[in-house]
Amino acid sequence: MQYTFVTLVENKPGVLNRVASLFRRRNFNIESLAVGRTENPDISRMTIVVECADDWEAHKIEANLYKLVNVIDVQDVTRQPAVFRDLALIKVKAGPEQRAEVNSLAQIFRARIVDVAADSVIVEVTGTEEKIEGMIELLRPIGILEMVRTGQIAMTRGAYEGTRRAPGANGNGWHGDEENALAEY
Amino acid sequence: MKLSGAEILWECLVREGVEVVFGYPGGANMPIYDAMLNYPVHHVLVRHEQGAAHMADGYARASGKVGVAMATSGPGATNLVTGIATAMMDSSPVVFITGQVAAHLIGGDAFQETDVTGITLPITKHNYLITRADEIAKVVREAFYIARSGRPGPVLIDICKNAQIEKTEFVYPEEVRLPGYKPPLRAPKADLEKAVRLIEKAKRPVILLGHGAIISGAEEVIQHFAIKTHTPVAMTLLGLGAFPASHPLSLGMMGMHGEAHCNLAIQNADLLLAFGMRFDDRVTGTLKTYAPHAKKIHVEIDPSEVHKNVRVDVPLVGDLKTIVSDLIPMVDEYEHDEWLQQIAEWKSEGDARSIMSWPDDGKLYVAHLIHDLWEATEGGAIVTTDVGQHQMWAAQYYFLEKPKRWITSGGAGAMGFGLPSAIGAWFARKNEEIWTVVGDGGFQMTAAELTTAVQEGANIKVAIMNNNFLGMVRQWQEFFFEKRYSAVNMLNPDFIKLAEAHRVPARRVTRPEEVKESIAWARQIQGPALLEFMVEQEDAVYPMVPAGASLHEMLRRPVRQAK
Repeated sequence: MQYTFVTLVENKPGVLNRVASLFRRRNFNIESLAVGRTENPDISRMTIVVECADDWEAHKIEANLYKLVNVIDVQDVTRQPAVFRDLALIKVKAGPEQRAEVNSLAQIFRARIVDVAADSVIVEVTGTEEKIEGMIELLRPIGILEMVRTGQIAMTRGAYEGTRRAPGANGNGWHGDEENALAEY
Repeated sequence: MKLSGAEILWECLVREGVEVVFGYPGGANMPIYDAMLNYPVHHVLVRHEQGAAHMADGYARASGKVGVAMATSGPGATNLVTGIATAMMDSSPVVFITGQVAAHLIGGDAFQETDVTGITLPITKHNYLITRADEIAKVVREAFYIARSGRPGPVLIDICKNAQIEKTEFVYPEEVRLPGYKPPLRAPKADLEKAVRLIEKAKRPVILLGHGAIISGAEEVIQHFAIKTHTPVAMTLLGLGAFPASHPLSLGMMGMHGEAHCNLAIQNADLLLAFGMRFDDRVTGTLKTYAPHAKKIHVEIDPSEVHKNVRVDVPLVGDLKTIVSDLIPMVDEYEHDEWLQQIAEWKSEGDARSIMSWPDDGKLYVAHLIHDLWEATEGGAIVTTDVGQHQMWAAQYYFLEKPKRWITSGGAGAMGFGLPSAIGAWFARKNEEIWTVVGDGGFQMTAAELTTAVQEGANIKVAIMNNNFLGMVRQWQEFFFEKRYSAVNMLNPDFIKLAEAHRVPARRVTRPEEVKESIAWARQIQGPALLEFMVEQEDAVYPMVPAGASLHEMLRRPVRQAK
């Protein structure tokens, strides 16, 4: 099944490469990876969707991410109350006759037509993976010329946090309540 | 005061307590080598950068401090790669400093430009590319901290030539700030209590000691714990020395070439206490049948090692010495006489098969030679090895009472490790006797470092076990490929003449009665000396767990009767 990890990393050159290289090296399959800035300019946030056999493999991924010095926090938000979003731009083969059909589909999915050309339109759709997959299925018979997706991003609702499965990693499982929990330098 | 980047580098190295670096100069690190002349750090000029990497590794393992190796860009840096991977696999703290072309040339395929941080990304604990002089102090401070703390490992710093030359204000950072790097120390009390409940119930417990026991400096607390809980102790290849071989609770080495009674104990155990080891395939055999009756407690500082190969019942993530110290007052005294009696029976079965009880047939056997060396040095030498049959025999027959006397390439299994790691170890402990046991194959991979030993006056002894074969591969071909010998027969140089060309006194030993006297001869020489032992060509290391077999399914040495 697909697992979604929210990972906070230091905003430094090469960190994305370290993460990508780790997944290749440890034989984990990335389904999608979205990275961007956060409210803190020193920290970037990655949403990584990975195909995992089970929670044991999810633990393995989490613990390995912590081996990277630049990784600050890893949460598995797969089964948490969270908002999941993906954005797709889909260029559909649509002359004047098909435009109305595409337009009505877009309305149903609360998508937008963001560009109209002589024989094609670009549809912008935002939502969960399932919703976007659903829209793609309906547009396919009309004719998809090009498509791009951002990959999934995720945020837990309210005060919920994701699961942390690697106790001991980067101070994980301590929350500062035990004296000398971490090695001093 | 303004200093050049190269000067800042040396200022920082001196502050980290670096006394010796192993390296090789070239175009892209010349400013570093120029600045070096003004600092109280001894530089060892190697003959190949792989030698520098293994020397720094050997130095680190013998001293417990961070080793430092240097190379120039491009081929200089790529020649370090085997040594970096070796340090990574064996958790050895080494800082590698490579020169890089000037920052404005990067990406342009400049002369001797190689993407060294890219190449070493998967084989370093962390690495850095420095393009400006003002980054150097912070990075060097971080690099040493990362290399030696938590689970130690190699850190590489690639410094662009312009950053070595530029002048900037030198500010030594007061502290290291790494938000993503906080090595754990203690395990939570609730988890310790879970472990104690398993220990209380155990009837057939075994402690498995790995390299972590030595890195953490946990030998004494582990001995205390083992005695208090009356638990026998098995060791991995890199854990040898963490528990005295002569102790009644010692089971010796586990795994592919481990003691038979040790492997049988693990397979029949009802509790494994894995202390600073990582359940490598060479110690578990097939995981399907590994220790099937045992609950498992895993004390480990690297969270990614927990549940990696073997799923455990109680993981305790943190520093081994701290966690075992926390456990000791929580456990009662137990006795496991029945269990130890069972193990003793297995052991006596094994003794009957031991090569040590073979009659003298006029041939040299490596196991006997290692035993002779152990006797001559009273078990007190620092022994480094190369990789292969001789390594396993040395592990089996050089009985270690103390840690940090056994330096070998375990995880990586890098041939060519023996000689340079011995030279590195000598720089850490010049007053101790140092032997490197090597095969004829591996020795030739880094034999050029003999001259480095001579140039430095390194008082090391080389014992070549020459069977004119790549012995371990030959053994596998004998056992698993119907004795179809493929590319294992070696035409060797005359090692005595080779040694003499390097100005190293050397002797060839062909008969058992010459062994003791030759070892004594080598020992009284100040400086490097070499012994070549012409050993039985087709001897095999026993016991052996074939790759992919269960740990208790060992090939055993055929019993040989006195004639």
